[in-house]
Amino acid sequence: MGREIKLMQGNQAISEAAIYAGARFYAGYPITPSSEIAEICSRVLPTIGGIFLQMEDEIASIAAVVGASLAGAKAFTATSGPGFSLMQENLGLAVMGEVPCVIVNVQRAGPSTGLATKPSQSDIMQLRWGRHGDQTVIALCPASVRECFELTVKAFNFAEKFRVPVILAPDEIVGHMRESFEVPRAGELEIIDRKKPSCPPDQYLPFEAEVDGIAPLAAYGGDHVFHITSSMHGPNGYANNNPQNASWRVEQLHRKIDLHRDEICLTKTFDTEDMDVLMVTIGATTRSGRAAALEARKRGVKVGVLQLLTLWPFPEKEVAALARDVDTVVVPEMNYSGQIAGEVQRVVGTEKEILRVNRYNGTIITPRDILESILESRSGQSVRAGG
Amino acid sequence: MTHATGTKYLKNGMLPHMWCSGCGIGILMGAMVRAFEELEYTNHETVVVTGIGCTGKLDDYLTTNALHVTHGRALPHATGVKAFNPRLKVVVIMGDGDSVTIGGNHLIHAARRNIDVTAIILNNFNYGMTGGQASGTTPEECITSTTSFGNPEREIDICALAEVAGANYVARQTPYHGWELKENIKEALNKKGFSLVEVVSPCPTHFGKNNEMLEAREMLLWLQEKSLPVEKYRKLGVGEKKDYFAVGTLVDRNAPDFNTRYEEIRKRALEL
Ligand SMILES: Cc1ncc(C[n+]2csc(CCOP(=O)(O)OP(=O)(O)O)c2C)c(N)n1
Ligand code: SF4
Repeated sequence: MGREIKLMQGNQAISEAAIYAGARFYAGYPITPSSEIAEICSRVLPTIGGIFLQMEDEIASIAAVVGASLAGAKAFTATSGPGFSLMQENLGLAVMGEVPCVIVNVQRAGPSTGLATKPSQSDIMQLRWGRHGDQTVIALCPASVRECFELTVKAFNFAEKFRVPVILAPDEIVGHMRESFEVPRAGELEIIDRKKPSCPPDQYLPFEAEVDGIAPLAAYGGDHVFHITSSMHGPNGYANNNPQNASWRVEQLHRKIDLHRDEICLTKTFDTEDMDVLMVTIGATTRSGRAAALEARKRGVKVGVLQLLTLWPFPEKEVAALARDVDTVVVPEMNYSGQIAGEVQRVVGTEKEILRVNRYNGTIITPRDILESILESRSGQSVRAGG
Repeated sequence: MTHATGTKYLKNGMLPHMWCSGCGIGILMGAMVRAFEELEYTNHETVVVTGIGCTGKLDDYLTTNALHVTHGRALPHATGVKAFNPRLKVVVIMGDGDSVTIGGNHLIHAARRNIDVTAIILNNFNYGMTGGQASGTTPEECITSTTSFGNPEREIDICALAEVAGANYVARQTPYHGWELKENIKEALNKKGFSLVEVVSPCPTHFGKNNEMLEAREMLLWLQEKSLPVEKYRKLGVGEKKDYFAVGTLVDRNAPDFNTRYEEIRKRALEL
């Protein structure tokens, strides 16, 4: 049976993929440009045995998601900018308590209320460092409606497999874009469910990692009774402030991601076999970047593109390998501070030039913006882009 | 008949507990586990959700399922647990800071939503854990470590708030009334929909010390003196009422709870 081709909005693809991945609980608070996800879930979840809750704010939304996940649900929430800021404290709880869940942050321009609803890629560092304390998370960023679908399924799989919160962070352009794509058939994409304890209930330790770095997770109401806490805790889930235990816990939270980083770090490359210039892109900027790269080749500048689908953990190895033999690395991104460029610089070292192309006015970076920057940097003089 | 001790819900090796002598939290815990025993709660069907504070440490001593969360956010976490698995017995333990100060909005909406959880709130008029600062329930004029010259703000009435927000069951007791407290907790646990028990309690270490109630005994006697069974309290004139507070069952009604309503809506969605 062939796949069905559907015209879909990015946010719709995220909602449908979440349900495809097994999500049966959504709690959220409305905010543009993410609200379509809540609206779709409110219509679909009741018809498939799930629960939709509109909570009183984003703090409560992620709290309810954590609670439902521990009761056994694949659970998620969606928000944007200000709402994502409000979620940070309980996102830290999900890290500490090792609670699988997915948070969609459709990135919009700030600071604060900022250019409400307008696109941006300026939450890159907030995704990684928005919470207090030593911790790490997984964050993914799609560039097309198809990728919205695929990465949402990945996000749930990573959350379930590694017992972590996973953040899916499309920019507003991708969240609101409409494209047709072949929707994966039921059973076509791999769906991962969390590891359940197989030991007798009286021996269950909810934070005792197995060789793969991950501890099995029971669900409230089953035979295995357990404690989850935001406080420092031992393998049994009870509070434990012993220094040795605290080091072990913090290391464990990092180790389970580090151990599996090759599986987690997703990238795509375009024309990187023969290039003089490497372009590193994320989200919607990938689309402008690829158009600019093709145009540059017509003008004799060999540009290759590395698209980062995983933002965190940062795909350092992948960037380093491709950046080694080029003279210039270009990083277009929709923020002022060069949040991706800074990471790329950290990886390639300060000797290599990073050509930064930034926009932070709520409009997309065009292929021409990028092309002009590349040509200018190659010739030392301004070149007008064609078209 | 042997009386329930509730000890089977207490974790071996964790006692003595962390609370100061004279604190009311231990009495609250005792009443709660006795109520569990009399209602034959099992560890695996029970989830105790706690916030942050001296009161929020209560889950440390329990053998039931537990979820110890962030300050003020116990109710929305509990809402997620209960909404997804309505068969669970979900009990939420919070201080006054947790429940009606930082987390006040969640209390209003948990009551309005009528989610079938039982909130047990220990009101010691201040933030015990962090050194006795003022909270939303610190009475006007009282001295705390952040209102050294008297509190300029008015206090909130937890039970009245829960009532107007839509709770199905609201009761108030004190550690002086151990038996009645256990009975009210049982009624709350048995009630479908949002139920709340406020436990007005001594914090001799901070609030008591600052407000001439240094001795736990004095504070317990003060609780005895100031509390009136609700039937008596309601007969008082307006002027007299301000010197007392009512204990007992204050609200008892049977509006359909969230999960019941959700299933009705689900049926409608499936019929379309
Ligand atoms: C977001 C946040 N703000 C502040 C604190 C610090 N804090 C810990 S406990 C507490 C107050 C506790 O008071 P209450 O809820 O009344 O409980 P009690 O200690 O009196 O039992 C505060 C402010 C915190 N943990 N988290
Ligand atoms: S500080 Fe107050 S609330 Fe905390 S344990 Fe001591 S008496 Fe109880």
